[in-house]
Amino acid sequence: MNNDKLIIGGHEFNSRFILGSGKYSLNLIEAAIKDAGAEIITLAVRRANTKQQESILDFIPKGVTLLPNTSGARNSREAVRIARLARELGCGNFVKIEIMRDSKYLLPDNQETIKATEILANEGFVVMPYMYPDLNTARDLVNAGAATVMPLASPIGSNKGLATKEFIQILIDEIDLPIIVDAGIGRPSQACEAMEMGAAAVMANTALATAGNLPLMASAFRQAIEAGRKAYLSGLGRVLTRGASASDPLTGFLRD
Amino acid sequence: MENQFFVDSEYLSPKALEKKHRLETDPSYRKNHMEYLPGMERINSDVCKNVILQMQSFDYSKYTAKDVKAALEHETCSVEDFKALLSPAAEPFLEEMAQRARLETSRHFGNTVYLFTPLYIANYCENYCVYCGFNCYNHINRMKLSMEQIEHEMKVIADSGMEEILILTGESRAESDVEYIGEACKLAGKYFRMVGLEIYPVNTDEYKYLHECGADYVTVFQETYDADKYEKLHLLGHKRVWPYRFDAQERALMGGMRGVAFSALLGLSDFRKDALASAMHVYYLQRKYPHAEMSLSCPRLRPIINNDKLNPMDVHEKQLCQILCAYRIFLPFVGITVSSRESAEFRNGIVKIAATKISAGVSTGIGDHESKYTGKESDGAQGDEQFEIDDNRSLNKMYKDISDEGLQPVLNDYLYV
Repeated sequence: MNNDKLIIGGHEFNSRFILGSGKYSLNLIEAAIKDAGAEIITLAVRRANTKQQESILDFIPKGVTLLPNTSGARNSREAVRIARLARELGCGNFVKIEIMRDSKYLLPDNQETIKATEILANEGFVVMPYMYPDLNTARDLVNAGAATVMPLASPIGSNKGLATKEFIQILIDEIDLPIIVDAGIGRPSQACEAMEMGAAAVMANTALATAGNLPLMASAFRQAIEAGRKAYLSGLGRVLTRGASASDPLTGFLRD
Repeated sequence: MENQFFVDSEYLSPKALEKKHRLETDPSYRKNHMEYLPGMERINSDVCKNVILQMQSFDYSKYTAKDVKAALEHETCSVEDFKALLSPAAEPFLEEMAQRARLETSRHFGNTVYLFTPLYIANYCENYCVYCGFNCYNHINRMKLSMEQIEHEMKVIADSGMEEILILTGESRAESDVEYIGEACKLAGKYFRMVGLEIYPVNTDEYKYLHECGADYVTVFQETYDADKYEKLHLLGHKRVWPYRFDAQERALMGGMRGVAFSALLGLSDFRKDALASAMHVYYLQRKYPHAEMSLSCPRLRPIINNDKLNPMDVHEKQLCQILCAYRIFLPFVGITVSSRESAEFRNGIVKIAATKISAGVSTGIGDHESKYTGKESDGAQGDEQFEIDDNRSLNKMYKDISDEGLQPVLNDYLYV
């Protein structure tokens, strides 16, 4: 287990829990990171675009990798501009591409995401695109230079869990990059299930922000994600295979 | 009910008074409020037709407690559910509605509350809207700030820490033309992260120009969606043209604005129907422009200078809360702004349930931010206020109060791209 690192764009991480920062009080960020054991935290560049004395950036402890996102971008051009601004703001080279042309469900625009991924990967960004789980898109993202693929589990903020489970499984099975399940995970058990399936990491924000006790929920997610990872590494038993397992082999009659 | 608003100023000439009285008493003297004036752009849209059909067929007396309970149990709120939540039958379920609304708000916005302040740069107006303090027959100090004065006001506001500004004018194209407003937007870009506009409705190409000057959000209040009632309250001027105003948000989006805000002035007409129409206006435009950011406001009538006949209590706080909860449950993704017309207590309570944006450090007067913010006597003239505000907390006080409620105040969450 100790050698089990999450590797994104050549960077190694021990934690497989990526934390959001957008929907709760700034003064809870440090406790959330600590109890989540998180090493990566996302933040909206547009939120960091402030003269506010209490900038969100000031509440993130040193040593945690910033994952600025491009929320607010409606197309690849805007996402690229926001990513470049993130770099200027000192947020590092990681970028999570979020491109939405839908203000109601905030569903990502896969086509525009591919375009932005290609441009930003060529500029040396570690690109982590948020996407609707579609295998063809995922392959295009790989070819465009993405460092990971981040399919949504269900609509963002919905806490509905793995509504796209079958399609995420296909990505896990077919794509060689880390698959990080993002958006819609509402409970630790759902995060655990995603990890059992072979997801490389899970990202959550609303599930924590809407919990009664945020740091405690952060810790619950941490344990669930670790448990799911261990289960995946140990090789799940027969519980998930289809049908019953006959105690006498059906092919026992074969003689040569 | 409309007659209760009429007030004659002693400063009006006999000729002006005669015209005013004729406008008030003789409908045939008034222009057709459904007819466009020269220069007003017509767009091809069926949004208005759809909203009106919904409003006309809304019989809120037919909904029962059973409908309300069912609406609250449904995972997604249909138009029918929304109608039930707006009905009188939902009033006994206000606490349940508030609980559900709070859940939706926290899912979509977490515990964040956005802060902004309005800046009135001119109060000239060419319209006679009988309930408004800026109306052209009301004797008030008129003023239009010069660019130097605007910049001074902006500096004072920016120094308080504010990052989002809403620029307002009275509705006078002649006194406050589109270029004047555009120049104000460019100045605002130097001091603020986000610039919104609440001005008279303009054509698509003018919205495009204002967007290029740095504005990205447009607020237009329809006042009332009941066109017949509207006709009796907006007696003179370009604002009288109801359909041109209705399509303003759509033209703003066509002109490239990121977001638009909507509202009826609750209390002018049947507030349940107006609340329904406001939300359906958002609903249909969101389907047509899914990328656009939408928000709703919920002003009630407030007292104005020289008219103590206005009664803001036609819509009580409980009903206002019901409307806001219904908005939130039906349109969980939209921003909801609660104005400084409401008391500090109401605003403190409603941000925990449904509202996501409130103003602070508000003045509805012209050129008086320095005296209001610092207590320093202003050398220059000041223009009178549009209406009285109730909650006059400064940005710092508001920031602290919101934080004390366990919420996270946010001064900016926006980038001009």
